[in-house]
Amino acid sequence: MHLDAILLARLQFAFTIAWHIIFPSFTIGLASYLAVLEGLWLATKRESFHTLYRFWLKIFAISFGMGVVSGVVMSYEFGTNWSVFSAKASPVLGPLLAFEVMAAFFLEASFLGVMLFGAKKVGPGLHFLATCVVALGTLVSAFFIISANSWMQHPVGFEIDARGRFVAVDWLQVIFSPTFPARLAHMVLAAYLSTALMVGAASAWRLLRQPRQPESNIALRMAVGMALIVAPLQLLIGDVSGKLVGEYQPAKLAAIEGFWETKGHQAFNLVAWPDRAVQANRFAVSIPELGSLITHGAADAVVPGLKAFAPKDQPPAAVVFWAFRIMVGLGLLMILQGVVGLVLWLMKRLETASLYLWFSVAMGPAGFVAVVAGWATAEVGRQPYVIYGQLRTVDAVSPVGAASVSVSLLTFVVVYALVFCVGPLYIVRLIAEGPVKADIGEGSMSRAPGSALGAGVEQ
Amino acid sequence: MTLDLPLVWAGLLALAVLLYVLLDGFDLGVGILFPFAGSDKDRDVMMASIAPVWDGNETWLVLGGGGLMAAFPGAYAILMPALYLPVTFMLAGLILRGVAFEFRLHGRNRGKPFWTWAFAGGSLLATLSQGLVLGGFIQGIKVEGDHFAGGPLDWATPYSLAVALGLVAGYVLLGAGWLVLKTEDALHGLGRLWAMRASVAVAAILAMVSIATLLIHPLIAIRWGIGAHQIDFPRFLPLLPIPLMGAVGLLMAYAGARSDTAHPHTPMVGAALAFLSGYLGLAVGFLPFIVPYAMTYEEAASTPGALKLILIGAAILLPVTLAYSAWVYWVFRGKVGADAGYH
Repeated sequence: MHLDAILLARLQFAFTIAWHIIFPSFTIGLASYLAVLEGLWLATKRESFHTLYRFWLKIFAISFGMGVVSGVVMSYEFGTNWSVFSAKASPVLGPLLAFEVMAAFFLEASFLGVMLFGAKKVGPGLHFLATCVVALGTLVSAFFIISANSWMQHPVGFEIDARGRFVAVDWLQVIFSPTFPARLAHMVLAAYLSTALMVGAASAWRLLRQPRQPESNIALRMAVGMALIVAPLQLLIGDVSGKLVGEYQPAKLAAIEGFWETKGHQAFNLVAWPDRAVQANRFAVSIPELGSLITHGAADAVVPGLKAFAPKDQPPAAVVFWAFRIMVGLGLLMILQGVVGLVLWLMKRLETASLYLWFSVAMGPAGFVAVVAGWATAEVGRQPYVIYGQLRTVDAVSPVGAASVSVSLLTFVVVYALVFCVGPLYIVRLIAEGPVKADIGEGSMSRAPGSALGAGVEQ
Repeated sequence: MTLDLPLVWAGLLALAVLLYVLLDGFDLGVGILFPFAGSDKDRDVMMASIAPVWDGNETWLVLGGGGLMAAFPGAYAILMPALYLPVTFMLAGLILRGVAFEFRLHGRNRGKPFWTWAFAGGSLLATLSQGLVLGGFIQGIKVEGDHFAGGPLDWATPYSLAVALGLVAGYVLLGAGWLVLKTEDALHGLGRLWAMRASVAVAAILAMVSIATLLIHPLIAIRWGIGAHQIDFPRFLPLLPIPLMGAVGLLMAYAGARSDTAHPHTPMVGAALAFLSGYLGLAVGFLPFIVPYAMTYEEAASTPGALKLILIGAAILLPVTLAYSAWVYWVFRGKVGADAGYH
C-alpha cells in the first residue's frame, strides 16, 4: 500500500469522524433534555416548558439530520478505506455495530418522525413516549459504539483464527471490556455537558438582548445546574478513565503527559513541546513531583516514558499532549462556569450579570471542542495501532489507490464544508431569534405555510 | 437441527436490501421528481409526505452496510474498495438530500431554492450511484485471494450506466406511485402522469438491461437456460414466473396510474412487483455468490459465534423494528394536504 493513500485515508477518517462526533454529542444531550422538558410540561402544564420544547426540537431536528448523514458515511467508510480492518475485526466488532443499527438507529429514526410531526396525530402521552424512545435510542447507540471503540483500545476476550481474523471467545468480555464503563460514562456526560453549555449560551444570549425573558431564565438555570453537577463529575470520571489509560496504554499516557524517561518523581508538564524527532520535550513548563502524583497517586511512583517504546510504537506525542490539555482546560472552565453561576444564582443576579452571560455565550461551543479534543487524545494516542497492540493502522487500509482516496476526500471536504457551515448557521439563527420569537414566527413570515416541520412543531 | 447460519444471514440481508430499495426507493424517487412539480407549494407537500419516514427508510441502508460487514466481512472488504467511488458519490448525494429536509425549511431568499435543488440533485446522485454500484456488482469484480484486485474505474461501463438509468426510472416509478397514494388534486394528477411515463421507461430499460446481462454473463444465461440459438425449456419454464411477475407489475403500475377508478395503491404495488422480479432474477443468476462468481456467501461469512450472536439479536429486534416502522406509517396514513397534513 502506498504511503500517500494511507495518509489520505487517515485524513479522511479524522475529518469525517471529527465532524460526525459533534452532532451525536449534541443529539444525545438534546434528546434527554427534550424528554425532561416535555415531561415537565406534561407534569406542570407550564407553557414555558412547552415553548422551550418546541424551540429546542427545531434545533434537535437540524442536528439530528446532520448526525444521521455523517453517520451513514462512517458505516461505509470502514469498508471503503479500511477493508483489511473490516475483514479481520468484523467477527468481533461487526455484531456490536449491527446491534447499534438494529437496537438504536431504527428506534431513533422511526420515532423521530413521530416526535417531529406527530404531535397532533398521537396525543401527548404517546408523543412524550416517542421523545423518550428517541432519547433512549441515542444512549443505546452510544453504548454499542463506545463498546466497540473500547475493545479497539484494549482488546480482550478474543483469539486469532487461521485466517488472521479476530474471533470472540467471550462476548461479555468483548462488550464490557475493562475501559468501557468509564469511557461510556465519560462520553455520555460529555454529551450532556456540551448540550448544557449550548442551552446556557442560547439562554444567556437571549437574556443579554431581552432581560427577564422567562423561558431563557428557566433554561439558563437548568444549564447552570447541569454544569454545576456534571462538570466536576466529568473531571472525576475522566480521572478514572485516565488511570485506566495508565494501566492499559502506558504509551498513550506518556504522550498525554509528555513523559520521555521512565522514572519516579515525574514532573507535571503544564505546557510543553514534545518532539518525537529528538525524543524529548523541546521545552516544558513543569511542576516537580506532580506528574507521578496525578497519574499514579504517589510522587515516587515509577511512570513509563515514551522512550520505553520503540519510536515506531510511539503515538504522535505533540498532538496527544495538546489535545488532552485543550480538553482538560475547557473542562476546568466549565467547572468555573457552574460554580460562578451558582454563586450568582444565590445572589439573585444570575440573569443580569452581563459579564457572566457573555462568558456563557463564549462557552457555548466549548463542549464540542472538548469532545473533539478528547477523541483526538483517545484515537491519536492509540496510534500506531488501530486495534491496540494487535493491528497497526498501516496494515488495516484498503487496497485503494491514492487517486481514489483523494477524490473521495475532496468530495467529503466540499460537501461537509457546505453542510456543516450552513447547518450551524441555521441553528445560530434560531438561537438568535430566541424561543418565543421563533415560535411566533412559525407559519407566518419565516416559513411557508403548511411546510412540513413548520407545521409539525407548531402545535 | 442446526441452523445454516450463513444461509439465514444471506436471506436476512437480502430482505434488508430489498426493503431498503423499496422504501428509500420511493422517497428518493420523490426527490428526483421534485423539480418537476408545478409549484413550491406542491414541493412542500411532496416533502411533507416523506419527511416523517425517510430517516427510517434510510436506516435499512445502514443495516445493509452494517449487516454486510457483520455477517459477510469477506464480501464487505472486497465490494467497498471495488465500488469505492460510486459509494462515495452515493454518500455525498445522501448527505445533500438528507439535510435538505430541514435546511429547506430554514433557508430564506437564496437558501430555500438552493436546498430545493440540493434535495433533487442529491436524490438523483444517490440513485445513479446506487445503480452504478449495482451495475458494477453484476458485471463482476476482479478478486485475487481475498481482496479486490481491479482498478478504480472498473465499474464505469455502459452496462452499469444503463443499470443506473434503470434504477432512476424504477425509483421514480415508486416515488410517483407514492404521490398517487398520498396526494390529491393537481399533484395527484402529476403523480399519475409520472407513474405512467416511468413504467414505460422501466419496461424499456429493464428489457435492455436483462438482455445485456445475458450477453455479458454467459453463466447467467446458462442458469436461465437461454442460449444463443435455443432455449433450454426445462430450465427456463420454472423461472418464467419471475419475468412474468415483472411484466404484470409494470402493467399494473401503468394501468393503475391511468385509470381514475383503480385503487391508489395499485401503481406502488405494481412497481414493487417489478422490483421483486428484478431482484429474484438476479438471485437466480448469482446464488450462492455474494461477490459475483468470485466469493460465495459461505466463504464471505463471519465466524459462527458472531453470526449466532447477531441472529439472536435480529430475531428479537427485527420483528419489533418492523412493527414500529409499520406503526409509524400507520400514524401518518392518509392523504397529505397542503395545509391539512399536520393540523
